[in-house]
Amino acid sequence: MKPAPFVRHVPRSLDEALKILADVAGDDGRILAGGQSLVPIMAFRLAKPAHLVDINEVEGLDKIADDGKALTIGARVRHAAFHKPVTGNPLGALLAYVARHIAHYPIRMRGTFCGSLAHADPSSEWCLTAATLDAVMVAKSINGTREIKAAEFFDGIMSTHLKEDELLAEVRLPLLPADARFGFYEFSRRAGDFAMSASLVTYRLDGGKIVDARVGLGGAEASPRRIPEAEAELNGKAAGDAAFRAAGEAASRAIEPLVDHQTDADYRRDLVRVVVRRALEHSLT
Amino acid sequence: MSEKTALTLTINGKDHAISVEPRRTLADAIREDCGQTGTHIGCEHGVCGACTVIVDDAPVRSCLMFAVQAEGKKIRTVEGLADGDTLHPMQQAFMDNHGLQCGFCTPGFLMLAVGVLEREPDISDEDLIDVLSSNLCRCTGYQNIIKSVRAAAQEMRK
Repeated sequence: MKPAPFVRHVPRSLDEALKILADVAGDDGRILAGGQSLVPIMAFRLAKPAHLVDINEVEGLDKIADDGKALTIGARVRHAAFHKPVTGNPLGALLAYVARHIAHYPIRMRGTFCGSLAHADPSSEWCLTAATLDAVMVAKSINGTREIKAAEFFDGIMSTHLKEDELLAEVRLPLLPADARFGFYEFSRRAGDFAMSASLVTYRLDGGKIVDARVGLGGAEASPRRIPEAEAELNGKAAGDAAFRAAGEAASRAIEPLVDHQTDADYRRDLVRVVVRRALEHSLT
Repeated sequence: MSEKTALTLTINGKDHAISVEPRRTLADAIREDCGQTGTHIGCEHGVCGACTVIVDDAPVRSCLMFAVQAEGKKIRTVEGLADGDTLHPMQQAFMDNHGLQCGFCTPGFLMLAVGVLEREPDISDEDLIDVLSSNLCRCTGYQNIIKSVRAAAQEMRK
């Protein structure tokens, strides 16, 4: 239960961090941000990185900026930064609501938004958020800057298309329309435990009918994603039980369920049917 | 490849000059290198909360930080709560409300509750329950811990 030995690097600037990362990436070097996922994995010796590039002392990585189009979240913005809405746009309330479901209070004091995305746990609330809202990931290395769309970022369980010498320097979340509604629901066995399925939805109402529906699903498949079949059941319909149930059914049919020792495919499909419906119901409260 | 680093940890206002490998967790350093054994270690992977301490005003799991990351920061542990013979309101409330039985999880609960209430003095009772779900207690069934923290919260708001 003790991490294996490693060499710690403590860059003070982003350039220095990228330079060190380029040097050690090929020698099993990893970024250490909040450490709330990496350190447990190291304690179990599932990961034994030879080098850790600790970005906790790097200037300027803890910024959140709203430029009127998107919210830009720096590499070391911690979960707790979202406890209170970070913007007056409906996105602020959405992030505050979702943040409360991430692990527990002390974990949220250390863990980071970008770290969650780079870690890419299928049940991660922030990965679900990024997928649902079509976030743009900004990856940096000594070779330059690369933007990756959320739909092209995740690559299965705990895997992303980040290259080994790239740091997820910031993430851009598009602001929501001023009249956007959102709903979120996750199912886990214990408070703060990993979600066995979670759904985030956003939409607008136009003359009582749903438009611009987004239905995101996490924890159910290897990577979180939008479920177009469920969105199609919502667009043009009245916001209410019939459409919500139809969307849940459609999502349940559309997925390739994750299966593990306590969850078979049928059970996961049942969960998905329920979490999508409940996320939609939450949007009306 | 993993040489010891000399550093100073400031725990409850007192400096401890120690020498540890980078992989030494803050929890182990507090206990083994600084001799402050009030902080307990349960699961060593961030689930149980027994090792919760306050680092620069934030309640954190000390098993999920490396000691080298805490250099220059203000660390507070259960040993720093009481003022001489006068218990901290949180400690007194745990006594008055039978908020502990075996006591193993208690230092973690105390630091969690004090840390959160100092940040958010007006936190609602409902949110407090969510906060207290952070840590595990296998004796009390939590009800008396909730009672204790609510009582202390009222006392701390005075």
